[in-house]
Amino acid sequence: MAAVANMPVSDLLKSFKLKTKQQELLIRVSILCLVYILAFITRLFSVLRYESMIHEFDPYFNYRTTLYLTQNGFYDFWNWFDYESWYPLGRIVGGTLYPGLMVTAALIYRILHFLRFAVHIREVCVLTAPFFASNTTLVAYFFGKEIWDTGAGLVAAILIAVCPGYISRSVAGSYDNEGVAIFALLFTFYLFVKAVNTGSLAWSLASAFGYFYMVSAWGGYVFIINLIPLYVLVLLITGRYSMRLYVAYNCMYVLGMLLAMQIRFVGFQHVQSGEHMAAMGVFFLMQVFYFLDWVKHMLSDTKLFQAFLRITVTCAVAVGTIALGLGMLSGYISPWTGRFYSLLDPTYAKDHIPIIASVSEHQPTAWSSFMFDFHILLFLFPAGLYFCFKRLSDATIFIVMYGLTSMYFAGVMVRLILVATPAVCLISAIAVSATVKNLTVLLRSKNKGVQTGSTKGSSSSKASSKALLDQSQPFQKNGAIALLFGAFYLLSKYATHCTWVTSEAYSSPSIVLAARGAHGSRVIFDDYREAYFWLRQNTPPDAKVMSWWDYGYQITAMGNRTVIVDNNTWNNTHIATVGRAMSSYEDEAIEIMRSLDVDYVLVVFGGVTGYSSDDINKFLWMVRIGGGVFPVIKEPDYLVNGEYRVDKGAAPKMLNCLMYKLCYYRFGEMLTEYGKPPGYDRARGVEIGNKDIKLEHLEEAFTTSNWIVRIYKVKPPNNRW
Amino acid sequence: MGRASSKEDAGALFHSLRSAYAATPLNLKIIDLYVGFAIFTALIQVVYMAIVGSFPFNSFLSGVLSCVGTAVLAVCLRIQVNKENKEFKDLSPERAFADFVLCNLVLHLVIMNFLG
Repeated sequence: MAAVANMPVSDLLKSFKLKTKQQELLIRVSILCLVYILAFITRLFSVLRYESMIHEFDPYFNYRTTLYLTQNGFYDFWNWFDYESWYPLGRIVGGTLYPGLMVTAALIYRILHFLRFAVHIREVCVLTAPFFASNTTLVAYFFGKEIWDTGAGLVAAILIAVCPGYISRSVAGSYDNEGVAIFALLFTFYLFVKAVNTGSLAWSLASAFGYFYMVSAWGGYVFIINLIPLYVLVLLITGRYSMRLYVAYNCMYVLGMLLAMQIRFVGFQHVQSGEHMAAMGVFFLMQVFYFLDWVKHMLSDTKLFQAFLRITVTCAVAVGTIALGLGMLSGYISPWTGRFYSLLDPTYAKDHIPIIASVSEHQPTAWSSFMFDFHILLFLFPAGLYFCFKRLSDATIFIVMYGLTSMYFAGVMVRLILVATPAVCLISAIAVSATVKNLTVLLRSKNKGVQTGSTKGSSSSKASSKALLDQSQPFQKNGAIALLFGAFYLLSKYATHCTWVTSEAYSSPSIVLAARGAHGSRVIFDDYREAYFWLRQNTPPDAKVMSWWDYGYQITAMGNRTVIVDNNTWNNTHIATVGRAMSSYEDEAIEIMRSLDVDYVLVVFGGVTGYSSDDINKFLWMVRIGGGVFPVIKEPDYLVNGEYRVDKGAAPKMLNCLMYKLCYYRFGEMLTEYGKPPGYDRARGVEIGNKDIKLEHLEEAFTTSNWIVRIYKVKPPNNRW
Repeated sequence: MGRASSKEDAGALFHSLRSAYAATPLNLKIIDLYVGFAIFTALIQVVYMAIVGSFPFNSFLSGVLSCVGTAVLAVCLRIQVNKENKEFKDLSPERAFADFVLCNLVLHLVIMNFLG
């Protein structure tokens, strides 16, 4: 009786299993397709609200170089000397940029044109970052599958598709290195972990190519070349080393290093810079380590081996320290550069390099930023770490190390939350997937218990144990269902939060400002582009424009005019000269401007609209940077009792310096707010001190409709009589 | 006492190493010979650089790194082909050799670009 009942059940089960596998594949593929599309469309807010344009400052340089690349070909691009920026020094563009992003966009453009889609290069540039974000979700899926299982891979793909930490630098229009670099980073890590797991030379070669792509895309490749040796070191120390590790690391290091040196901007840094020495050190350590392992394997006598070991280790350590010491002392191996040293010692930049300290993205991260960018992943991260430690393998050790190191650096600098995002998403995915799996196993086991209990009649002990199980099952089942609903609720809240954050905080183009008018209608301030196009159409083609370095890239890209300093900030003295000109009295400033051949001066002023990122608010940085090179500029001269003011009580040097005059020229007659006196500065909230400004050597050329950008022409010297 | 024993130790070490190495299969010995040749070439290049100076540094680097690179790849091949390694027992020696050739191809293409 029982046998007959069993057979159809087992047949059903067998056919059920086949169907389940196909069903599972279908579910997986459809989830991945939906996630791919989701990652793309969630980044399109600003394109839908404003228009398809490039955002911010740095992307304009990338856009200009991509335009140059598509118009003039790769050889001209690789050897390009740009005379239109950093007048009169110029800039060797070919040797001072990371070409990965531009080459990728140009390649996509070529492919689309080959398929007869006549798109403009700007559209390709705008949509490159969302496209690569979608690809990152696929890589996250495969990486999750490698570390844990397919469930974790799927959850990782979903989490990283909407995570605000990544969206912040990869919205449509944010045509910056990070959009492509995070894809390259995760791809390299995935290929390397795959190489360590399989020990295959082919996968190591692939990871070397992944590393090459990362080096061509972003300066943050230093993170990879330090994390992977650290990981190898940890594996060697904990005794988890194997032959596969040797194959993977050596092939990747030698080939990766050689490929990386093909990028001119990186040059010989892999053998000369202190930041890359860890990788080389671990390379030599590995040779010694495995050589000793091989000798130990060949020698049967341990005593002899101990002697050999002693000799070799002392020799190796001696040679290594002598070489390193000689290198560092003679200066051949350069120490860690300021940008990366300030990650290890966060106070370094503030004291020594004001330019690095002045960038808002380089400030330490506040807790609110972490919550804003990660939401529930913040507490899922430690849970995921717990699961990783429960099931340690080569791959989970890697992801744990990646997570911990990147979280440390994310705490030091806001910008690096981006690097931590993939690790946090992967580890959280492990937590979510493992928890959901355990809960659903609980749910399912209850059903099976009931079935077997009914078909197998049998002995009293079995019956009593089944009864016991049946008794505890209901609570477990209810608890499991409740917890599953809780998990579902949390994840849906996460999705809502991420979409809200993307919509409100990370989708503004920065070059077009929006505000609410008096009646709630939306007001758009397009002053920046108005000014740049005025420059393009109303000034001679060889005019030189002096402005603070923030606007340099935009002026060259949209205004098509030569600038004195731009966002590359490679020459601190040149920037300090401009800073000195802006902070001096007009008579001193005109000397500096004549020596630099300046024709036009551009300032950004937010007093009429209440825009707070204008040049008056940035002015103290100009003073600090100028004062850092020219001691004649002293910061206390511009402050009153340590306070920065622009009203009647401001310092006399402040009221008469060039920046003040250029920003507030004719502003004293302007009525900005109902009920306030004329000359009321809405951004600072005070009435300005010096309303009667007369310019002697400059004349006003153009002021945009909302007074945000003001352009002045430098008058030629007067005639002798 | 110490000197004599260390000398004896060194002698015994040398002999046991030699006898253990003599037992390795022929194909592995060929690979070892290739590795030794590559390292020797690298050393000659370094000595030459020390005499003449390192002016086209990229040329020097590409020369030395091609030797070191091919030595390292040959060691990887030896590891994968060695029958004593249990981790690679389902990797056919033909596949290992094909990977070795591919990696060497990429290595030398990059070297040729880097020679300058």
